[in-house]
Amino acid sequence: MFEQIIITIATAATPLLIAALGELVVERSGVLNLGVEGMMVMGAVSGFAVALTTGSPWLGVLAAIIVGALFSLLFGFLTLTLVTNQVATGLALTLLGIGLSGMIGESFVGQPGVKLGQIYIPGLTDIPLVGRLFFGQDPIFYLSILLTFAVAWFLFRTRAGLTLRSVGDNHTSAHALGINVIGIRYLAVMFGGACAGLAGGFLSLVYTPQWIENMSAGRGWIALALVVFASWRPLRVLAGAYLFGAVSIGQLHAQALGIGIPSQLLSSLPYLATIVVLVLISRNRRLTLINTPASLGRPFVPDR
Amino acid sequence: MPAGNRKNITGGVVQTTLEPSGASLLEVRGLTKIFGTLKACDSVDLTIGKGEIHALLGENGAGKSTLVKMLFGSLEPYSGEIRWNGEAVKISSPSIAKKLGIGMVFQHFSLFEALSAAENIALSLDDKTPIGTIAAKAQALSYSYGLPLDPYSMVGDLSVGERQRIEIIRCLLQTPDLIILDEPTSVLTPQEADKLFETLERLRSEGKSILYISHRLEEVKRMCDGATVMRHGKVVGHCDPRQETAASLARMMVGNEVQAVVREPVEGMDKAEPLLEIRGLARKPATPFSTPLRDISLDVRAGEVIGIAGVAGNGQGEFFEAVSGEAMQEDGATIRIRGNDAGRLSITGRRMLGAAFVPEERLGHGAAPRMKLSENLFLSRYATDAKAFLGAGGLVKEGAIDTATQRIIEEMDVRKSGRDPEAAALSGGNLQKFIVGRELDRRPTVMVVNQPTWGVDAGAAAKIRQSLIELARSGSAVLIISQDLDELFEISDAIAVMHNGHLSKPLPIAEATLEKIGLLMGGAEPGHADHSMEAV
Repeated sequence: MFEQIIITIATAATPLLIAALGELVVERSGVLNLGVEGMMVMGAVSGFAVALTTGSPWLGVLAAIIVGALFSLLFGFLTLTLVTNQVATGLALTLLGIGLSGMIGESFVGQPGVKLGQIYIPGLTDIPLVGRLFFGQDPIFYLSILLTFAVAWFLFRTRAGLTLRSVGDNHTSAHALGINVIGIRYLAVMFGGACAGLAGGFLSLVYTPQWIENMSAGRGWIALALVVFASWRPLRVLAGAYLFGAVSIGQLHAQALGIGIPSQLLSSLPYLATIVVLVLISRNRRLTLINTPASLGRPFVPDR
Repeated sequence: MPAGNRKNITGGVVQTTLEPSGASLLEVRGLTKIFGTLKACDSVDLTIGKGEIHALLGENGAGKSTLVKMLFGSLEPYSGEIRWNGEAVKISSPSIAKKLGIGMVFQHFSLFEALSAAENIALSLDDKTPIGTIAAKAQALSYSYGLPLDPYSMVGDLSVGERQRIEIIRCLLQTPDLIILDEPTSVLTPQEADKLFETLERLRSEGKSILYISHRLEEVKRMCDGATVMRHGKVVGHCDPRQETAASLARMMVGNEVQAVVREPVEGMDKAEPLLEIRGLARKPATPFSTPLRDISLDVRAGEVIGIAGVAGNGQGEFFEAVSGEAMQEDGATIRIRGNDAGRLSITGRRMLGAAFVPEERLGHGAAPRMKLSENLFLSRYATDAKAFLGAGGLVKEGAIDTATQRIIEEMDVRKSGRDPEAAALSGGNLQKFIVGRELDRRPTVMVVNQPTWGVDAGAAAKIRQSLIELARSGSAVLIISQDLDELFEISDAIAVMHNGHLSKPLPIAEATLEKIGLLMGGAEPGHADHSMEAV
C-alpha cells in the first residue's frame, strides 16, 4: 500500500519534473517560453498517435520528443529571429498547441492506447517494500531523475553550461565576447520543447494510455511556476515536483476517505503547499536574485 | 620603449595621409560606418606602431567607440580596409579579433554580474581549460601586474575598479599584441588611475601596443606616444601629444574654443540658511548588488553649490533616490527641504516644497523616450505648475505648455529637428540640456542633479554648469553628484566624497586638492589623509 502510494506520487511528479527541467534550461538562456502547455499537449497527441499506428510505445516516445522540439522551433523562429514579444508568442503557442492537438487527435478519442511498460529485473524488482519503487517503474521515471542531475551538472560544471548562463545573465556582454547568443538560445528553446514533448508523451503513454483532448490539464503551467519558485535550480525543481505530486495524491486519498473538507479546497492544496514551501526555500533574496537570469524575456537584437 | 616605432608620428598636426610603415602593427584606411543617415565613422585612417601607446581622442559622439567596435569585430564596417601586420584582414566577429591578437577592455564593462571573476574570464577564452586552472592563472597574472584579484568573488559584489581589473586580466590572458582600452580611467580614483598607467607602461615595455581612448587630455599627454583626434566621425589630425598643450588638444577635439565656466567665490555662505538638510540618512541595500547608505548628514545652504564625488557604485545612485523621493525614508526628519520634513514625501510632494531633481539616466528616468518634449515637461511639472498648465476641470492647457517648452528650448539652446520632437530623437547632450532647463525654468530653491554632464559634449556641458552656478548665486541650494572631478572642481563651493555608502564632510574648494579627494574616494579616513599619502 505504502509503496504503491509512493509510486503513484512519482508518476504524478515525473511529467512536471521533465517539463520544468526543460523550461529551466530555456529560461537560464534568457528566453521565457510560456508555451510549455501547448508543446506538452502536442507531444501527448503525437506520441499516442505514433505508438498506436506503429504499435511501438518507444517510437511514440521518440515522436513526442521530436514534435515537441519542432513545435518549439516555431516559437524560437518567431521570438529569436523575428524578435516578437516572448510573452505573447508563448501564450499563442499554448493556444495553438491545444487547438491543433484537438484536431489531430479527434479520431483517437476513446481508442485504447499502447502503454509503455514498467521494467522488471528478476530478483531486484521482487525485493519486498522497495523493489518496485527502485527497480520496477517505467523507464521515463529513471530518465527524469537522471535528467535532473544531468541538467545540474551541465549548467554548473561544464563550459557549455557556463556559456548558456552567461547568455541569460547579460546577452549584450555575451555578444561582445563573440558568443553566438541567438544560436545558443535556439538550442535551449529546442531542448525545452523536447522535454515538454517527452512530458506530454509520458501522459499519453504511461500515465493514462489514451488520448483525451487537452489532457495536459494545466501541468505545463505548473511546470512554469515550479521553475520560478525553485529559483532556477534543478534540484529544487525536483523537490517542488515531488512535493506537488505528493500533495495531489494525498488529497485524492483524503477525498476518498470522505474527510469533511470541501473537495475544492482539497484540490487547491497541492498548489498552495508547493508555493508555500518553495517560497520558504527561496527566501534568501540574494541567492534568488543571483540565480534569476537577468536577461529573462528581454529581446536581443545584435547591432551590426 | 622602442623609440623607432614612433617615427611615423611627427610633431604637431599633420594631414590625415600617412605613409605606410613596415613597423606598424595596425593600419586602418578609409574605414566608414553608416547608421541610417548618420556617418558615425567617415573614412577614418589610423596607424598604430608596435610597442606604442596610441591615443584616440575625441568628444562623446565623435565616433571613437564605433571605430574600436569595428576593430574588435562587434560592428561591421561599411567600407574601408584594416591591415594587421601589413596584411589586409576582415574582422567579422570578436573571436576573429581575439585570434589575430586584439584584446579589448570595454568602457561599459562586458562582465556578467551573477558569475564569479574566474567564470567571467573563462568565458572569453576559447580553450577548454578547467575553471580551477584559469582561476590560478588569473590570480598569478594579476599579482604579477600588481592588480590583486580574488578569482572566486562574484562580480556583482565588486567595485568598478576591481571589475576593470578583471577585464584587464581577462584581456592579458589572451596574450594580445594590441590592447584597446575604452575610457578606462573614467571610473577610477586618481590613485587607481596611476596604478593603471604603471601597468600600461609595463605592457609597452613588453612590446605590446595599446590603443587608448580618452577625452582626458592630461593623461594622454603624460603617457601616449601618438594621438589621433576625431570630430563628428572624421579624423581631424594626427599628432604627438607630448608636443601639444592641453588647450591645443582641446581645440582639435572641439573644433573651437570652449567657453570657460565662471564661478565667483561668495563670502559669508556659512551664515546663509540651509535649504536642504540631511540628518542621519541610512538605507538598506535594495538588491544584492547595491550599496547600503550609512548615517549621511549634509547641509546645502542658499547660494552654494555642493559637489559629491566618488567612484561609481559607492552609493551615489541610492543617495539620489533617497533625496529625490524615489525611495522613502522611515523617519521624515532625515531629509528637510526649506525647514519642512520631507523624508516621507513623494517626489511630487518634495517638488511642491520647491525642490527639483535631475536623475542620472536621461532616457526612461529623466524623460519618457517616446513622448514629446512638451509632454515630458508637463509630466514633471503638472503638480507644481498646476495653475499655469491646468485649466478648469483639470483640462490641459496645451498653449501654455507649448510656450514654456519653447522658452526652455531657447534658453538652453537645445538643438533638435522639428518644433516639438520626441525625447528619444534628441542627442544625449541636447536632451540633458532640456531636462536641466525644464527644472531650472521653475526657479527651484533646492536643485539636486546626478551626473549633470555625463556623455554631454564640452559646449553643452559648459552651458549646463554655468546655469547651475547662476541658479545657486541667485539664492538656491544646489547639490551635484558627479564622477567627473574636473567638473566638481569647476563648479563646487565645497566637495564631499561618497565611499561605500558613507559621505565625508564637505571640503571647502579652497582646501580641496585632487590628492585629498582621491584618497577619500579610495576610502582613506579624512583625518589620516597625510599618512596614507605616504603609502600610495
